[in-house]
Amino acid sequence: MRTSFFPWLVLGWIGFAILPWYALEDGFWAFEWLIDGYPFDSDYAPALLQIFQGKEWLLPLIFPLLFPLWIIRKIKSDPKYASTLIISGGFGLAYLLGQGFSIGIGGWEFSTLESMFGILETRQFGMGYGALLAAGSFLILLTTGLAAAGNLRGDVFVTSAIGIVVALVATFVFLPVGKILVSAFVNEEGFYALSTFTNNFFTKKIWGLECLSSSVSCGVGLNSFFLAILTATSTTLLGLGFALVATRTDFRWKKSLRVLTILPIITPPFVIGLALILLLGRSGTITQFVADLLNIEAGRWLYGLPGIWLAQTLSFTPIAFLVLIGVVEGVSPSMEEASQTLGASRWHTFKQVSLPLMRPGIANAFLIGFIESMADFGNPMVLGGNYDVLSTEIFFAIVGAQNDQSMAAALAIILLMFTLSAFFTQRVWLGNKSYTTVAGKADSGIHAGMNPLLRRVCLCVTIPWALFTIVIYGTVLFGGFVVNWGRDNSFTLRHYADGFGVGWNDGSLVWEGAAWDSFWTTITISAIAAPLTAALGLLTAYLLVRQKFSGKNIFEFGTMLSFAIPGTVIGVSYILAFNVPPFELTGTAAILVLCFMFRNMPVGVRGGIAAMSQLDKSLDEASLTLGANSFTTLRKVILPLLRPAIVAALVYSFVRAITSVSAVIFLVSADHNMATSYIIGLVENGEYGIAIAYSSVLIFVMLTAILLVQKVIGERKLRRADRLAPQSKNSKPSTNSAAMEKQA
Amino acid sequence: MSLHLKAGSVTFENVTKKYGAVTAIDNVSFSIEPGHLVTLLGPSGCGKTTTLRMIAGLEHASSGRILIGGKDVTSLPATDRDVSMVFQSYALFPHMTVGENVAYGLTVSGFKKAEATERAEEGLALVGLAGYASRLPSELSGGQQQRVAVARALVLEPEVLLLDEPLSNLDAKLRRKVREEIRDLQQNLGLTAVYVTHDQEEALAVSDRIIVMNRSVIAQEGTPRELYEAPSSAFIADFIGDANLIAGEVINADHEKAKVRIDSVEYDLPSRGLGRGSAQIAIRPDSILLEPAPQSSGQSSEGANQVGIKGSVTHATYLGNQMHYSVDSSLGELFVVDYRIDNAIKAGSDISITFATKGMALIAP
Ligand SMILES: Nc1ncnc2c1ncn2[C@@H]1O[C@H](COP(=O)(O)OP(=O)(O)OP(=O)(O)O)[C@@H](O)[C@H]1O
Ligand SMILES: [Mg+2]
Repeated sequence: MRTSFFPWLVLGWIGFAILPWYALEDGFWAFEWLIDGYPFDSDYAPALLQIFQGKEWLLPLIFPLLFPLWIIRKIKSDPKYASTLIISGGFGLAYLLGQGFSIGIGGWEFSTLESMFGILETRQFGMGYGALLAAGSFLILLTTGLAAAGNLRGDVFVTSAIGIVVALVATFVFLPVGKILVSAFVNEEGFYALSTFTNNFFTKKIWGLECLSSSVSCGVGLNSFFLAILTATSTTLLGLGFALVATRTDFRWKKSLRVLTILPIITPPFVIGLALILLLGRSGTITQFVADLLNIEAGRWLYGLPGIWLAQTLSFTPIAFLVLIGVVEGVSPSMEEASQTLGASRWHTFKQVSLPLMRPGIANAFLIGFIESMADFGNPMVLGGNYDVLSTEIFFAIVGAQNDQSMAAALAIILLMFTLSAFFTQRVWLGNKSYTTVAGKADSGIHAGMNPLLRRVCLCVTIPWALFTIVIYGTVLFGGFVVNWGRDNSFTLRHYADGFGVGWNDGSLVWEGAAWDSFWTTITISAIAAPLTAALGLLTAYLLVRQKFSGKNIFEFGTMLSFAIPGTVIGVSYILAFNVPPFELTGTAAILVLCFMFRNMPVGVRGGIAAMSQLDKSLDEASLTLGANSFTTLRKVILPLLRPAIVAALVYSFVRAITSVSAVIFLVSADHNMATSYIIGLVENGEYGIAIAYSSVLIFVMLTAILLVQKVIGERKLRRADRLAPQSKNSKPSTNSAAMEKQA
Repeated sequence: MSLHLKAGSVTFENVTKKYGAVTAIDNVSFSIEPGHLVTLLGPSGCGKTTTLRMIAGLEHASSGRILIGGKDVTSLPATDRDVSMVFQSYALFPHMTVGENVAYGLTVSGFKKAEATERAEEGLALVGLAGYASRLPSELSGGQQQRVAVARALVLEPEVLLLDEPLSNLDAKLRRKVREEIRDLQQNLGLTAVYVTHDQEEALAVSDRIIVMNRSVIAQEGTPRELYEAPSSAFIADFIGDANLIAGEVINADHEKAKVRIDSVEYDLPSRGLGRGSAQIAIRPDSILLEPAPQSSGQSSEGANQVGIKGSVTHATYLGNQMHYSVDSSLGELFVVDYRIDNAIKAGSDISITFATKGMALIAP
C-alpha cells in the first residue's frame, strides 16, 4: 500500500526516546539543551529516560509504540491492521493527555487521584518537543486506523486532516472556553464552589438597574447590552442608507462609497476613539471651537456612552454597509419591475416588495453589529469614562489589583452568552436565507428608483456621515504631525522620530525609535500567523465542502464558533488554559500566533467555502479516478484554482492580526509586545501624538500590503480570467472578498 | 498506437447502495465481459450514475461485492482502482493545458515528465487532436473538449473506461458523430466500457449489451436486438422504442408459438414461455396499419391479417417523413407511426386497424 503508518510510528519513537519530553524553559527555539546536560538532565531528558528518573507514569506510553509493530507486514484490508492502529493511537493519545492533565507542576491535579495513589513528589512541566511529536504520532496512527477500517472511503489524508483539525479546535477553542466555565466556579482558596459563580454572576455590579432611576450607572452587563442595541440599530440604519444610495440613486460619488468598506479592515479598533478625542474631547478642536463660539464650558460628554456609541457607529457602519449592499443588490430587479408594472408607486414598491425581501439581510446586519459592539474592546477602553462594559471589565478583573480570575470568568461567560445567543439566532433563524439572495444569478433589469422623499433622507444622512468619517481619518493622518493637538498646533516630525527613528552607529543601522520593537514583533507574528491561518481555514473549508462524514454539522459549528467569541474572552481563556501544563504557552510568541489562527480561522473557512463551492466537484473526482490521491488532488487541482481565495485569506488574516487588540492585550509579554497593546499603553499615558503617529503607520503598512497584493493577484486573475472565460461557470474560481468580510 | 490495454471484466454481486433512507441501488447483480461496451440505460433517478460511480470507486457499496478484472475492489478507493472515467461535464482542469490535462494521470502515478508528455501526445493523436497539446481547454470546442476527456482517460490504459452521459453537452448533430467515434475507438482498442445514458436511441446505437435499470433495480439485460424485439416487461417495451400495450388472450400455446386473440382477430406470435390465459401484447407504433374504413367488405392488402378493428383518428400530425396518428379504438388509445405520407388520413376519419406480427411481442401480464 502506498500509505503506511510506519514513518509516523518512527516519529513517535523519536518523540519518545530522543527529543526532550518536556517544554524547555528557554523557549521552543532555544537549543542550549543540546550542550547542557542532554540527555540525562531531567529538564531535557526524553521520556524513555524520564521513566527512570521518577516519572514511572510515562512507562505505559511504550505500549502504543510497540504494539503496531506486529502488523507491519499485514495489509491494509486486514481487520487486525485497523483495530491495532485504532487501539494504539487511541490509547496513546488518551493516556498522554490523561497523565498530562492529571499530573501538573504541583503533583496530582485532582484530590481524588491523590487520595488513591498517594502524594506525588515529582512534578512535571508542559509538553515539549517530544511529547508534542508523540501526541501527533498517536493521532495519525489513530486516524490511519480509522481510515483502514473503512471510514471516509478509506482515505488516510482526509481522515487525518479531520483528526488534526478536530484536535486543534478542541485544544485551542474548546479547551480554553471550557476552562473559563470551570474557573468561574473556583473560589479564592482554589476550591470548586457553586456559590463563587452565583455570587459573581448575580451581582448588582452586572445587572443593576439604578441608572433608570438615579444618576448611578447601571450594571456592566446591562451597559454592554444597551450599547450593543444602540450601535446595532445605528449601524444598520446607516448601512442601509449607504447601500440604498450606492445602488438606487445616481449620486455622483457613489463609487467611492465602496472605499468605505475596506476602512474597518485596516483600522485598529481604538483609532476611531482616539481621533474622536482629538476632535470632540475636552480640548478637542471642535469642542474648543464651539465653546469659543457659544461661550460655554467645554464638556466631557464624549467620555461615556455617547462617545463609545459614536465611535462604534463610525467603526462598524462600513461592515453593515458591506452586508447590506449585497442584500440590496440581491433583490431581483424583475420583482421590482413586476410590482411597478402592476401599478404600484415607487414608495409602495419599496415598502411592499423591496423591504420585505431585504428583511433577513437587515436582521443579519443588526446581529453582526450587536456582536461587534459587544466584543469591542478598543473604543470602550479609550473612551469609556465611567461607563463600564463587559469587555473592559474583564480586562480590569484580570490585570487590576484584584486579579480575580473567577470574576473575570463569570463576566466572560455573560459576554459569551450574549454573543453566542446572537450568533445562534443568526445561524438558526436566518440560516442561509440572507446569503442566497446575494449569490443569486445575474438578473437583467434596473432597480426601481427611490421615492424622492426617501432619497432625500438617505442623502441627507449619509453624506454628512461620510464627510465626518473623512474628517476622522484626516485627523488620524495629520494628528501625528502636530506637537500637541488642540493646544499647540505647530507642525512637527517629533512623534515619528520618537517612534520610528533610525540612526547610524559604526556603519550599521540602529532602530532607535521606541516603537520599532513592537512593530517588528507585530509584523513577524502576523506574517507567521497569516499562512497558518489561511492553511487551516482552507483545509477546513475543503473538508466541509468536499467530504461527507458524520458529525459534519458539529464540526462546522466548532470551527465557526470562535467567530462569536469576543477577543477579551479568548484572551482570558487562553491565559487560564495555557499557563499550566500540559500546555504551557503564556509569555511565548506561539500563544499569540495560535490565538490569531483560531480567531481568524472562520474568515478563511468562509472564504474557502465560497470559493470552493464554485469549483465543480467532478474536477476532484476526475483527478481521483486518474489515480491521484486526495492530497495530490488538493495540491494540484483545487489549490491552483483557489489562488485568489488563498491570497484573500492570507491578506485578511495578516491584517486582522495586526489590528487585533482585545485578545492580544492579555497575551503580550515583555519579550513579545504587539503594536496595538503598545499604542493602548501610550493612550493611557496621554501620549496621543505618538499613539496616533503609530496608528497611521500601521494603517499605511496594511493599506500598502492590501494594494500590493491586489495588484499582484488582480493582474494574475485577469489573465486567468480570460483563460477561463469560455469555460463553464463551474470552473471560475472568483472569490469575492466581500463575501468573506461580510462574515467579519 | 502503443496503448497496452488489458481490458477487464466488471462484476456486481448483490450490490446495494443506500444514502441514508434512500436506496439508490437495490441488490443488483450483473457482469460485463472484457472488451464489451455495455450501456446503463434508464429513466432519471433510476441509479445509473450511482452504479457507474461505484465501479469508479467514488461511492462505496453499502453491501455486496464489486469485482474488476476478477479482483475484489469493493473497499478500494477510486485512486487505487484501474478505472478511468469521462465525466458529463468533461471535468478538464481549466488551469492546465490540454497536454497537461492528458498527462496528469501519468504524472501523478509517477511517470517521468518526458514520457508522460510523449504518451499524452499519442493519446491526443488517438482521438484526432494531435497538435492541440498547448491549448487551454477553454480554447476548444465542446466536441474537442469531450475528446480530450476521453484521451485523458485512455492514456492510463485502464481496465475499464466509464462514461457518464458523455454526449449530453453536445448538440444533436455532433452527438451522432461523436458516439460513432467513441464506438470505433472502443472496438479498435478492445476496451471494456460502461456507458451511461438515458437516451434509448444512443444506447441501441453504441452498445454490445444494454442493462436497463428502473427504480434501483435491473429491469432487463440483453443485446439491443433482444431488448427491442423481446421486451420482458411493459416498462421495457415502452422505454425502448415506444410501444402500445393492449390486452389479449392466449388461446393455445406450445413452447414456440402461441395463438393470441386480440379483439376478435387471432395472431401467431412467439410464445416466450407464456401459457394460456390473458396476456399483454406490446405493438410498435409502426406495426399498426391503418386503412380507411372499408366501404364494402374488401380484404386488406396484407394477406396475413384478417378483418380490421374499427377505430377513428383523433389527431394526425405531419412530421415530414412520417405521420403520427392518435387513434381511438375499442383497444384503447393507440399511437401510430405511418411512413406513407402521400395518402395521409385526416383527423376524424373512421379507419380499420390491423397489426403486423413482426412488431408484436407477448408480455406476461
Ligand atoms: N449523494 C446522494 N445522496 C442522497 N441520494 C442520492 C445521492 N446521489 C444519488 N441519490 C439518489 O439515488 C438515486 C439514483 O441516483 P442516480 O444519480 O444514480 O440517478 P441516475 O440514474 O444517474 O439519474 P439521471 O439520469 O437523472 O442522472 C436518486 O433517487 C437520487 O436521488
Ligand atoms: Mg446521472
